[in-house]
Amino acid sequence: MQLTSHKFKSHVSKALVDAQLQKALGNVEKGFIDKRAKAAGALPEFESLRDNAKAIKDHTLANLDLYLETYEARVTAAGGTVHWAETAADARNIVLDICKRRGARTVTKGKSMITEEIGLNDFLSQHDIEPVETDLGEYIIQLRGEHPSHIIAPAVHLNKDQVEGDFRRVHTHLPEFRDLTEPTALLSEAREVLRQRYFEADVGITGANFLVAETGSSVIVTNEGNGDLTQTLGKVHVVVASIEKIVPTLEDTSQILRVLARSATGQDMSVYTTFSTGPKRPDDPDGPEEYHVILLDNGRSSMLGTEYQDMLRCIRCGACMNHCPVYHAVGGHAYGSVYPGPMGAVLTPSLNGIDKAGHLPNASTFCGRCEAVCPMRIPLPKMMRHWREQEFEKHLSARASRYGLGLWAFFARRPKLYRAAVSLAMPLLSRLAGKRHRLGALPLAGGWTDHRDLPAPEGPTFMQQYRKHQASHRP
Amino acid sequence: MTGAQETNGSPPHVGLFVTCLVDLFRPSVGFASLKLLENAGCKVDVPNAQTCCGQPAYNSGDRKDTRAIAEQVIEAFEAFDYVVAPSGSCASMLRKHYPGLFDGDPKWQARAQSFAAKCHELVSFLTDVMGVSSVDARLEASVTYHDSCSGLRELGVKAQPRALLASMNGIQLKEMGDSEVCCGFGGTFCVKYPDISNHIVGKKTANIEAAETDLLLAGDMGCLMNMAGKLRRQGAATEVRHVAEVLAGLTDTPPIAGRAK
Ligand code: SF4
Repeated sequence: MQLTSHKFKSHVSKALVDAQLQKALGNVEKGFIDKRAKAAGALPEFESLRDNAKAIKDHTLANLDLYLETYEARVTAAGGTVHWAETAADARNIVLDICKRRGARTVTKGKSMITEEIGLNDFLSQHDIEPVETDLGEYIIQLRGEHPSHIIAPAVHLNKDQVEGDFRRVHTHLPEFRDLTEPTALLSEAREVLRQRYFEADVGITGANFLVAETGSSVIVTNEGNGDLTQTLGKVHVVVASIEKIVPTLEDTSQILRVLARSATGQDMSVYTTFSTGPKRPDDPDGPEEYHVILLDNGRSSMLGTEYQDMLRCIRCGACMNHCPVYHAVGGHAYGSVYPGPMGAVLTPSLNGIDKAGHLPNASTFCGRCEAVCPMRIPLPKMMRHWREQEFEKHLSARASRYGLGLWAFFARRPKLYRAAVSLAMPLLSRLAGKRHRLGALPLAGGWTDHRDLPAPEGPTFMQQYRKHQASHRP
Repeated sequence: MTGAQETNGSPPHVGLFVTCLVDLFRPSVGFASLKLLENAGCKVDVPNAQTCCGQPAYNSGDRKDTRAIAEQVIEAFEAFDYVVAPSGSCASMLRKHYPGLFDGDPKWQARAQSFAAKCHELVSFLTDVMGVSSVDARLEASVTYHDSCSGLRELGVKAQPRALLASMNGIQLKEMGDSEVCCGFGGTFCVKYPDISNHIVGKKTANIEAAETDLLLAGDMGCLMNMAGKLRRQGAATEVRHVAEVLAGLTDTPPIAGRAK
């Protein structure tokens, strides 16, 4: 998708007055937070599992080259093929080559953020290959020509009526007066329509939640089982995954799985956890004829060894956005990037450049709730602050705010001058407010007073009063 | 072990870091802090060479100025046994964030680390370090308490203010919904993204009003000014004070942003 993070503020203005969106966002707040808290609370070892999960990824990232090589060797030994893609374009072309070689006209897709990152659907469509999303949420937003607004709940910004409208608009072959009032009716209709598409598809494309170095397996977790059909019914299974999805062993995988679903949806485990290793073997009852893994870098290796390396521990559970007050206020599309919320605010500048995504790490109150719930203990606010530092150094931050900050810092670094200035200003401001003890408007303070009153200073500063008080009490 | 014991019987010497917002907008909180600390048996001084902890620069990415301010604060305060601030976010800045500002400068970093270890948020200092379990104050009022983010998540301030409030006469504490959710202040965030900030504080004031209490309390002036400013703009009935004012029994001053009516 086209990055539009520079238009963040105008996206925000629209989102805040979009009544339907606001209602849907209320569901994010209610739907995810309590469930995660319950799931985490029900497991005494949850906090130590988080420590383990973090340690596993830290170890993996420190030895990433080793594990990637082991992984490639195992995939090859199982009869699969590993393709290395340095850029998004490389990855797209590798997919296209595979599809062309097999004469594919349609491909089915399991839910995958990485194929969003590389813009695969548009690219395939341009080459006359029809991508069919099989996850219900992804299917819905594909019908609408939208992008996911959440990394695990792509259509969370929509309500049921909108979906019903889309289904009636697109599924014209079905009876006009069918009953679609129940959400389950929508689900079975989507299943019905998609069933046919699985059989037409020549290639199934999925992402991966984990790539297991020890066995050469790719692992996906889903709740609908669509991923399984995608990867077993097609003649070719293509896994597109970024390099940091590697974990050393199956044991490591299961450790991280124990925090993944709990953090994401509050489930103990997702409904389906599917391991795929190589193509169909002679005695297997089913499976694809070919198995390919495209390992995408797309800027990640350049994060290694920097202050952003910790971000590569992310397992895309979505907990950070589920708990983010800014995400709750504006929704995922406002960020204008593939990855929304706190994790996107750190990752997007890494992938696309801070000059193009400057708003994202700034649009945070640093309330710290994302870090508090992140199963991988990623210090998201700290890394957003690092981006702000880079912006500041590169003079990318807004001129007015730099000027204001500079002026403030000049005084803050000179206590005597500061005292003199505030000792004059505060009593003045206090008198201006009078008996109401607040100001409804103040020049240059519109950001504040447009929406709220400004509490007035009580009068002289604490230091003025304290020194006076001390002088009069001196023995 | 109490602070008094640690300093061999003589009262612990506390440097009060007033914080810029208390100094400028709410001196009452400074005097309340003095009273609470002295009642707990501390000898308190207020160094002149203090302005601000540096958060506005720090969170705007201006590391150079932040570091200069941090050096200034450390120099002014490192001789005290303890440094106490009536703010979770400023205390956390001193305690959790200063040492990282000196990465690559071992001499200053060591200084910042031993300084950081002495820094505390006021209410948790009273309970956790000085062993205060009750305060001798009275207020006939129902109150609700907002957990400011840095104090809550970086310093674990949650039970301490509630315990001291519960020890008071006349006070009735009623919890609001989502007391741990951010109020939308966020320092410079509230003026950089005023519309989002307004949206968030609107949800907060709805929760505050639904609690139907006389007073809203919290431990951070930034959040308090944000919530008080919004409540007054909305014509709500809840009045707003810093928790230290109530614990110290200093509630003769008008509330933050004035009376409701
Ligand atoms: S940053 Fe943490 S909380 Fe957010 S998606 Fe990644 S793992 Fe989950």
